[in-house]
Amino acid sequence: MTAAPDVKVVVTGLGATTPLGGDVPSTWAAILAGTSGVRTLTYDWVETYALPVTIGAPVHTPADQVLSRVEIRRLDPNAQYAMIASREAWADAGAPEVEPERLGVVIGTGIGGVWTLIDQWENLREKGPRRIFPLAVPMLMPNSASGNVSLDLGARAGAHTIVSACASGAESMGFAADMIRSGRADVVVAGGAEGAMHPLCIGGFTAMQALSKRNDDPTRASRPYDTARDGFVMGEGAAVIVLESEAHAKARGARIYAEFAGLGMSADSHHIAAPEPEGAGASRAMVEAVSRAGLTPRDVVHINAHATSTPVGDVAEANAIRRAFGADADGMPVSATKSMTGHLLGAAGALEGVLTILAVHHRLAPATINLDNLDPEIDLDVIRGEVRTLPDGDIAALNNSFGFGGHNVAFAVKSI
Amino acid sequence: MAQTEQEILEGLANIVNEETGLDVGDVQMDKSFTDDLDIDSLSMMTIVVNAEEAFGVRIPDDEVKNLTTVGDAVRFIQNAQG
Repeated sequence: MTAAPDVKVVVTGLGATTPLGGDVPSTWAAILAGTSGVRTLTYDWVETYALPVTIGAPVHTPADQVLSRVEIRRLDPNAQYAMIASREAWADAGAPEVEPERLGVVIGTGIGGVWTLIDQWENLREKGPRRIFPLAVPMLMPNSASGNVSLDLGARAGAHTIVSACASGAESMGFAADMIRSGRADVVVAGGAEGAMHPLCIGGFTAMQALSKRNDDPTRASRPYDTARDGFVMGEGAAVIVLESEAHAKARGARIYAEFAGLGMSADSHHIAAPEPEGAGASRAMVEAVSRAGLTPRDVVHINAHATSTPVGDVAEANAIRRAFGADADGMPVSATKSMTGHLLGAAGALEGVLTILAVHHRLAPATINLDNLDPEIDLDVIRGEVRTLPDGDIAALNNSFGFGGHNVAFAVKSI
Repeated sequence: MAQTEQEILEGLANIVNEETGLDVGDVQMDKSFTDDLDIDSLSMMTIVVNAEEAFGVRIPDDEVKNLTTVGDAVRFIQNAQG
């Protein structure tokens, strides 16, 4: 491995609330067991609006089982999930002692406070302006999660919100690492959150033909790389990590999961929603992440792919991986964990970031479920059947995340 | 129909509890909303709007700043119901 950047950034805490579990240990256990978090949605509104898609991946543990009643009332689901994941990550990191002015927060989202926005619009229409909840605006704004987490932790180095659709969570982690590298902070709580399990969002994604319609077989609906895949399954939740300069982490004797080693980003400028089929932009992001991490492609022993289970997107990413790494991609076994979690939109890249970190930490790469017939257009070593043990010694893994708007984000994680 | 002071206090205490999580027993006539109960202006507006609905009265925005204590609010509501 070649030269690393001056300031090493390491991961010292993990938190998540996901369709598979209310925290990281339960989510990781479900991932290793090959569990699907997708189920038939039982909300009244599914029937009320006769939605053509009736499946999704709601959070395993409802937020009102974790947060206080007042917190539930004052936070949109988006910020509720962010708060739950951030508190777990913070505790997992050992609640580091850090100057408030050296502690930052970066929480991304794809959609923001859509429940509050629409609930309060209904209040205005039905009951008049006086009945709009006074916290309507601070609840619906997309930076509500980062602002509230900053308030909760007393973080004053900066609270930021990255919005790049389904790349938001990954880009937030990259932005956070750059805050530390550039000297703005010693510790940053970073990730993504999405609480958009709303009929408007399901209806909107359905209108663009993006969602799987396998309503009669929910646990088999999210099937990246399979010939019978027919779209993604919408999920919700949040994932957050604590990033820290290596010097700060070592000085306090923190447990270090992995190094957050390199970030690569690009934009397609091709189409607002469709991926560029040759994967030129996506491959540039991957190559940049590996090179900025001071790695060569042969150091990368695992990729957690974006792989949402859409017919076009999965092939475009596979092409991009080949374009980036050529024959070296043969040595990069790929996991498509959305086969289990569904697609958490603005939290997806953050959750997959956590899973990539855990894969490097435990040297175990998750298997892709529901992969009965590998699409012949996917020329990758896709892990299926059982989890794959990763090699001993220095290893690295890559997380890919892409978003509507043409956003491409890749980051590399190194073993410690 | 007018309610007794005690009925209004109990109703208001429940509204405050719903909004802030404060114990119903902490909401007493002599308590200041800001100094004793630590209720900020945004929460106060929510309490006012919910109280209007619960007690069938109108509490003008200009009046809210005069409602320093829980007792001020209870008496205002009682008079408005009168």
